[in-house]
Amino acid sequence: MSEIIIKMPPLGESVTEATVSQWLVKPGDKVKKYDPILEAISDKVVTEIPSSDDGVISELLVKENDVVSIGADILKMNTDEKAPVSNESSGPKESPVVSAPSGARFSPAVLKIAGEKNIDLSQVTGSGKGGRITRKDVLNFTPSATVTATVEPKAVQTAPVVQSQIQPVSSSDNDVVVKASPVRKIIAQNMLKSVQEIPQAWTMIEVDVTGLVKLRNSLKDDFKKQNGFSLSYFPFFVKAVSAALIHNPKMNSSWQNDEIIQHKDINISIAVATEDALFVPVIQHADRLSIIGIAAEVSRLAQGVRNNSLVKADNEGGTITVNNTGSFGSVESMGIINYPQAAILQVETIRKELSVLDDDKFGIRNKVNLCLTIDHRILDGLAAGRFLNEVKANLESIDMNTNIY
Amino acid sequence: MSEKTYLEALNLAIDEEMQRDPGVMIFGEDVGGVKGGVFGVTKGLAEKFGDERVFNTPLGESEIAGLATGLGLMGHHAIAEFQFADYILPAINQILSEATKMRYRTAGDWTAPIVMRAPYGGGVRGGFYHSQSTEKIFAGQPGLRVVTPSTVYDAKGMLKTAIRSEDPVLFYEHKKLYRSIKADISDADYTVPIDKANILQSGDDVTVIAYGMMLQYVLKATEELKDDISIEVVDLRSLYPLDKATIIEATKKTGKVLLVTEDPKEGSIMNNVSAVIAENALFDLDAPVQILAGPDSPSMPYAKDLEDAFLVNPEQVKAAIKDLAEF
Repeated sequence: MSEIIIKMPPLGESVTEATVSQWLVKPGDKVKKYDPILEAISDKVVTEIPSSDDGVISELLVKENDVVSIGADILKMNTDEKAPVSNESSGPKESPVVSAPSGARFSPAVLKIAGEKNIDLSQVTGSGKGGRITRKDVLNFTPSATVTATVEPKAVQTAPVVQSQIQPVSSSDNDVVVKASPVRKIIAQNMLKSVQEIPQAWTMIEVDVTGLVKLRNSLKDDFKKQNGFSLSYFPFFVKAVSAALIHNPKMNSSWQNDEIIQHKDINISIAVATEDALFVPVIQHADRLSIIGIAAEVSRLAQGVRNNSLVKADNEGGTITVNNTGSFGSVESMGIINYPQAAILQVETIRKELSVLDDDKFGIRNKVNLCLTIDHRILDGLAAGRFLNEVKANLESIDMNTNIY
Repeated sequence: MSEKTYLEALNLAIDEEMQRDPGVMIFGEDVGGVKGGVFGVTKGLAEKFGDERVFNTPLGESEIAGLATGLGLMGHHAIAEFQFADYILPAINQILSEATKMRYRTAGDWTAPIVMRAPYGGGVRGGFYHSQSTEKIFAGQPGLRVVTPSTVYDAKGMLKTAIRSEDPVLFYEHKKLYRSIKADISDADYTVPIDKANILQSGDDVTVIAYGMMLQYVLKATEELKDDISIEVVDLRSLYPLDKATIIEATKKTGKVLLVTEDPKEGSIMNNVSAVIAENALFDLDAPVQILAGPDSPSMPYAKDLEDAFLVNPEQVKAAIKDLAEF
């Protein structure tokens, strides 16, 4: 019997692990090469993992909701039906013993014995299915002197001082306890990583978009008829930001290991919310698109998020985020940077305002606040202000002659 | 020592107890005369002890159980035979409402010290009405013991203890074992407890608990796997009440438990065993408790292929043990 092991494939740059969202096959299923076998979630992207060969599934090595490292064994498959003899010499057999992946689940017996014997389970090699640490693995484990010596003080050091003051929230019978979904956990990790690593500064500018409102109102009915989707204000903002980025490349960068990477491509992440999650699909090369081109892309990505039809490429490569907070009535907000980007721009609600005009007369104008959060390691107030003023100028120059095509 | 089948061991137990206690009587459908029961468990007893102590009854199970209860009240350690465990259903009221509650409702003044024997289980091409495992129906009624021997030695020793018991005992006999297992057993007047599970083999990888024909399959698998997997084998013996202490102890020894029954899983005796483990040994479990059981199908079919498909087989038992060992 020739059995192969399928591993978690690379899911993109800097992705080191993925959560098993759903198995699409079960032991005994026959699969063809490239058939989807697994749905995995990494950094909010849901990816279908294809089979690398024809065969019959013999064993699933990871469970749904497990967090699996890239390259870890995920599935055993019997490729008997076509097993060529030459395969025999294709290299040493995979060792069945693998160390437990992070996020592994432990049986009550394992936890009890590990507790009694004061064993750090990360030091134990699992001999059970999928590298699971069994009760016997713990019973037979003899920690070397050096391991215990290094492990114990570490445990003390890493316990934060504040922890002793934090009382666990007691839940009463009236409370509803909802287990965080895999997507929610990834969102939480990314948000936390962003605020823990990036010193974030915030600024806001007010823009007069009276011309934009007039133009859009004159176009929207015909546009809907011709294109089948609505022309919102948002594509105009994305266009204005993309154009401003061409002259402000610092805004379009990331901090990586004491280096600032300025991205040549202008790929704009847009925030799309569903009932219980937040996704940031990407408009690739937004600077090369017309306003209608951006509008079509926004519509496609938003639909894609809702019916879960986006592919990996739709979620990759974002260099800055524009967030349409105005769509739910916000007038000012402080976004958290979409890690590892350098900035996030919040487009707030467009509202009518009584304004003092340049000639000291009063007038009713359409105003909007643009709120910008920046990575203060990369950007200072000057650069942020320059960029915001260019976005403002781009928006305020829109009038009835502006071409959306 | 002499070699006996499971059936011969049962016959011997009744014979010895009838000699020991002149109050012991046995009756049921075809039990008396030269026939000696449909399977032959009582063969030769009528000739030896006479028609007044070994006799036939009408085809009425309610009456058989009622007669046993009445004889019990008179002080007889009476033995009633239900021809098949499938036929016990008309006797439920007599067993559960009368015999079982007698000692309790008379504050100990009266007892029904009787044994009701019932051949159960499949694998003999008995079809719908001769293959069922009805023991679960009675598991849960304090006052009644439900027991079954799964070895030749226990067949004799447990039946003798059941006959001497001062409480009613439902004594299930696996009909497939009657003639399929043989062993050298002591000719002495020995007894075996009916309230204790028995550890047949000691091991530290996986604990397997079973009874009846399934226990024989477990022993076979254990022998075949002995070089690779160290298996603790527990013969449940007492189906109700359960020997909780032994079940818990055997669970703690390995942390991995496989329960095997030929009955459909839900509502089976093994579900009760599983509950004992969940309630008492959670923190010693290294794997979810596994139950290998028959299908959720109304009854065992007659056709051989279908009967084979219905019954848990030795290969499945072996695979389940290996699977759990690898977990």
